[in-house]
Amino acid sequence: MTDFIDIAALVDIPRQGARVVKTATGCIAVFRTADDQVFALQDRCPHKGGPLSEGIVHGTSVTCPLHAAVFDLNSGRATGADDWQVQTYAVRAEGGRVLLDAAFLARRSAA
Amino acid sequence: MKQKLVVIGAGMASGRMLEHIFDAGGTFDVTLFNAEPRGNYNRLMLSPVLSGEKTYDQIVTHGADWYAAQGVDCRFGEPVVRIDRTSKVVYSNAGGVPYDALVIATGSAPFIIPVPGRDLKGVCTYRDLEDTNAMIAASRPGAKAVVIGGGLLGLEAAAGMAARGAEVTVIHLMGHLMERQLDPAAGYLLQKDLEARGIRVHCKGATKAILGTDRVEAVVLEDGTVYPADLVCMAVGIRPEVRLANDAHLDVGRGITVNDQMRTSDPAIFALGECVEHDKQLFGLVAPLYDQARVLAATLLGQEAAFQPVQTATKLKVTGVDLFSAGDFADAPGREDIVFRDPGRGVYKRLILEGDCLLGAVMYGDTADGAWFFDLIKQGKSVSGMRDTLIFGPAFQGGASANPLAAVAALPPEAEICGCNGICKGRIVDAITAGADTLDQVRTVTKASASCGTCTGLVEQIMALTLGDSFTANANPPMCKCTDHTHEDVRRLIKSMGLKSIPAVMQDLGWKTVGGCASCRPALNYYLIADWPTDYVDDRQSRFVNERNHANIQKDGTYSVVPRMWGGVTNPAELRAIADAADKYNVPMIKVTGGQRIDLLGVRKEDLPAIWSDFNAAGMVSGHAYAKGLRTVKTCVGTEFCRFGTQDSTGLGIRLEKLLWGSWTPAKVKLGVSGCPRNCAEATCKDIGVVCVDSGYEISVAGAAGMDVKETEFLYKATTEPEVMEVIAAFTQLYRENARYLHRIYKWVAKVGLDWCRAQIEDPANRRALYDRFMLSQSVYQVDPWAEHAAQPAQWAPIADLTLRAAE
Ligand code: SRM
Ligand SMILES: Cc1cc2nc3c(=O)[nH]c(=O)nc-3n(C[C@H](O)[C@H](O)[C@H](O)COP(=O)(O)OP(=O)(O)OC[C@H]3O[C@@H](n4cnc5c(N)ncnc54)[C@H](O)[C@@H]3O)c2cc1C
Ligand code: SF4
Ligand code: FES
Repeated sequence: MTDFIDIAALVDIPRQGARVVKTATGCIAVFRTADDQVFALQDRCPHKGGPLSEGIVHGTSVTCPLHAAVFDLNSGRATGADDWQVQTYAVRAEGGRVLLDAAFLARRSAA
Repeated sequence: MKQKLVVIGAGMASGRMLEHIFDAGGTFDVTLFNAEPRGNYNRLMLSPVLSGEKTYDQIVTHGADWYAAQGVDCRFGEPVVRIDRTSKVVYSNAGGVPYDALVIATGSAPFIIPVPGRDLKGVCTYRDLEDTNAMIAASRPGAKAVVIGGGLLGLEAAAGMAARGAEVTVIHLMGHLMERQLDPAAGYLLQKDLEARGIRVHCKGATKAILGTDRVEAVVLEDGTVYPADLVCMAVGIRPEVRLANDAHLDVGRGITVNDQMRTSDPAIFALGECVEHDKQLFGLVAPLYDQARVLAATLLGQEAAFQPVQTATKLKVTGVDLFSAGDFADAPGREDIVFRDPGRGVYKRLILEGDCLLGAVMYGDTADGAWFFDLIKQGKSVSGMRDTLIFGPAFQGGASANPLAAVAALPPEAEICGCNGICKGRIVDAITAGADTLDQVRTVTKASASCGTCTGLVEQIMALTLGDSFTANANPPMCKCTDHTHEDVRRLIKSMGLKSIPAVMQDLGWKTVGGCASCRPALNYYLIADWPTDYVDDRQSRFVNERNHANIQKDGTYSVVPRMWGGVTNPAELRAIADAADKYNVPMIKVTGGQRIDLLGVRKEDLPAIWSDFNAAGMVSGHAYAKGLRTVKTCVGTEFCRFGTQDSTGLGIRLEKLLWGSWTPAKVKLGVSGCPRNCAEATCKDIGVVCVDSGYEISVAGAAGMDVKETEFLYKATTEPEVMEVIAAFTQLYRENARYLHRIYKWVAKVGLDWCRAQIEDPANRRALYDRFMLSQSVYQVDPWAEHAAQPAQWAPIADLTLRAAE
């Protein structure tokens, strides 16, 4: 089940940057690429917890600000040798607004 | 009895539908309403009419004779105002016409942005002949026109008016032109081409208001820019024209909902064209509309047919501008890019693949292969067999060769390699076989790649082909995996080619990735700041987190904040402000740093703007403890208090810090000023050190005390303080202009030689010029970054808080 909720205007997220959504289970980084695609990933690098929202966004990748691991925003997977995976969330930009699938919250509270 | 078919709208889609019906021998009594006072013409060709390349008569598709021959009852200039579904009658203001089948083909209406002044005379849209004629009338040579919207229509309007001599400015909300069809690289090339035609392009421009008393006089943007205008054309998008359908209570989403047979929710009513929505999709180009016309004609004739949207490709109809985009070029899981750039010819091509299939293509400058790529996209066939040479197009798909050097190998000896010097492949091969086996030697012998250098990669490929295994490419490695150029080449080319933005560098130097990487982007941002201080606008998103947030990130994601403490000197008011801030923001640790100042560690990101404005209020600015820039100027107490002091080392340190702070440099820069050779400020292991002596000031440079420990080397002996200041600012500028990103001064001096540096500084004219360039840059960059960011605290907090939602 999906439950898309409006979290912000697209312009509130800088191009090639990210903003953070706070949830009870930790922060989610919502990225906007140079060509206005949006992605949502858990804001915690599996290496040592670096905030991915503060990384440099290039193409559809982000480089962790602490020790430079590179993650594919599409899959949440680390590129290169490290076998790391970050949780991704469904998100879309529509009519200038950013919609995040909040179904994961419902799942948790239902559990 | 013949069926009564009523059609609302005589546009591209319904015109095509009627042709199909009559061609198939269909017999209907057709009544055709049109709001425009004319029949069907080729709307796409309004742009050539605007630019003067065609006349209206040349673009009429169905003349009066055609309608007469088919017995169509034409009601042109007679808009339909109501549909009565119960009695099956449509009404115009002239009365009602009954129907057995009704077709709605009302197209779309231009979107008008709701800004003040939108109703002024002289504001038009771009949809029909009236709009076109208004623009033609306004485009006298010298007249000023503003086009709002840098999409397909806006740019065709702009180019058309410019061709008639008007001074045109395009205002576009997004970061690059035609962002729905083009990626930033292609958008950059397009902008460059349009600018070369005298069209001014203002991206990231949000229109605030249109000014004027009787008619338009100017357009004001949110950022305060004002463009005078005699005419304003709004081309910001279109909305399906669904008013009639809404009033008649048909199912309407964003467009009139139709099924595969183009039937609406009322079985007797059909719709096609830009006014419909099929399977949640809208349509804005004619290709799918023509398919709809074919399907609807068949449906009306009682035949089986189903509409299935196919991919469409886009071209811009501006003479001399070549662009093409097709398919899906968004990134998604498992998709990959192949990028080709030929800066000399202004060519950019990007293919988007998923698995073995081609999904999308964006091309600029050379679109000859567009149709071939489009075909591959539509067929969805595997391209794995030709992947390595796919981007070179159909001409290269002969053999099974997958060697990337094949393209170069295939070039004939007379093919030009170095455009600047007119050097062909044969000359380079000759030079190599005659013994030139390094790039430098080839450059010296042939001059190839010695000017703008963009052909360096090609020259190296020729060397690899000619020398085989004995060739090892440039020992100086490329900047990063995104380019074959070294840092030094990039710096040189930025200056020689006048490249003033990151997309410009990436395009003109043939970057191999779409948006660079975390290693090249900060470097490019620095080079552009250093080389074009007054033109280039700092790209915050290309900065490493510490410089972006003006604080040092800690291992737990909090930040440390270090205010400047000039020359290591403080006072009770500053100390009090620091203590107050530490209390107010629960700072877990306050530490005296090795750089003679105080560090507040463990500040939360959302508190940064507040703590900064507190410090600003106490008169303190950022200490740039995070910057590739001036860090600290360490001083000792000097003549003021010390019994050995020879000069005012404390005061000089403060004055140097006040001169240099805020400047961005390739790597961090630390200074020390000691009052005598006892050197209590450790000046002789700094990037730049001053040791005061009775006779003046000994300036030495290139020290280090971090990962390497190295004593400074003597640069210059100055006799007055102003001389010290000029020499140090000039030397810093020399470093800023020449070093590669992340090289500390000692690494850079080791490469260029201290003698060369000294010669630059000793020549008074040269020194003064360096000093002046440094000060010019400081006039832009010596600003407190905290003040600017503290003004927008909201941007530092989470954008949304869903913690409560979970608890519901
Ligand atoms: C705070 C401080 C340590 C202290 O508590 O005293 C410090 C802290 C850090 N230093 Fe340092 N350095 C500090 C003085 C020094 C000094 C001593 C000095 O400046 O007199 C040195 C040796 C001198 C030199 O620079 O050559 C020094 C050599 C380094 C180096 C090695 C640089 C090199 O080129 O070899 C690094 C690593 C780097 O920059 O890549 C580094 C990097 C760092 C970083 C920025 C690591 C990082 O990237 O996160 C540390 C940030 C901690 C934080 O979050 O605030 N720090 N660091 C000092 C801040 C001075 C200031 O007021 O700005
Ligand atoms: C300047 C310009 C350049 C273009 N270039 C291209 C291009 O290069 N390639 C491409 O594929 N597409 C291009 N297009 C888009 C293309 O023209 C449209 O997709 C196409 O015309 C839509 O066809 P349609 O029949 O749905 O609507 P239209 O052609 O707009 O026809 C709708 C007609 O319905 C009439 N109407 C509306 N309401 C009523 C009413 N209540 N009563 C009676 N009549 C009514 C309107 O007056 C209009 O004449 C361009 C458009 C413009 C304006
Ligand atoms: S020496 Fe510098 S970089 Fe290393 S831990 Fe200490 S502060 Fe951090
Ligand atoms: S925390 Fe992300 S790479 Fe170390």
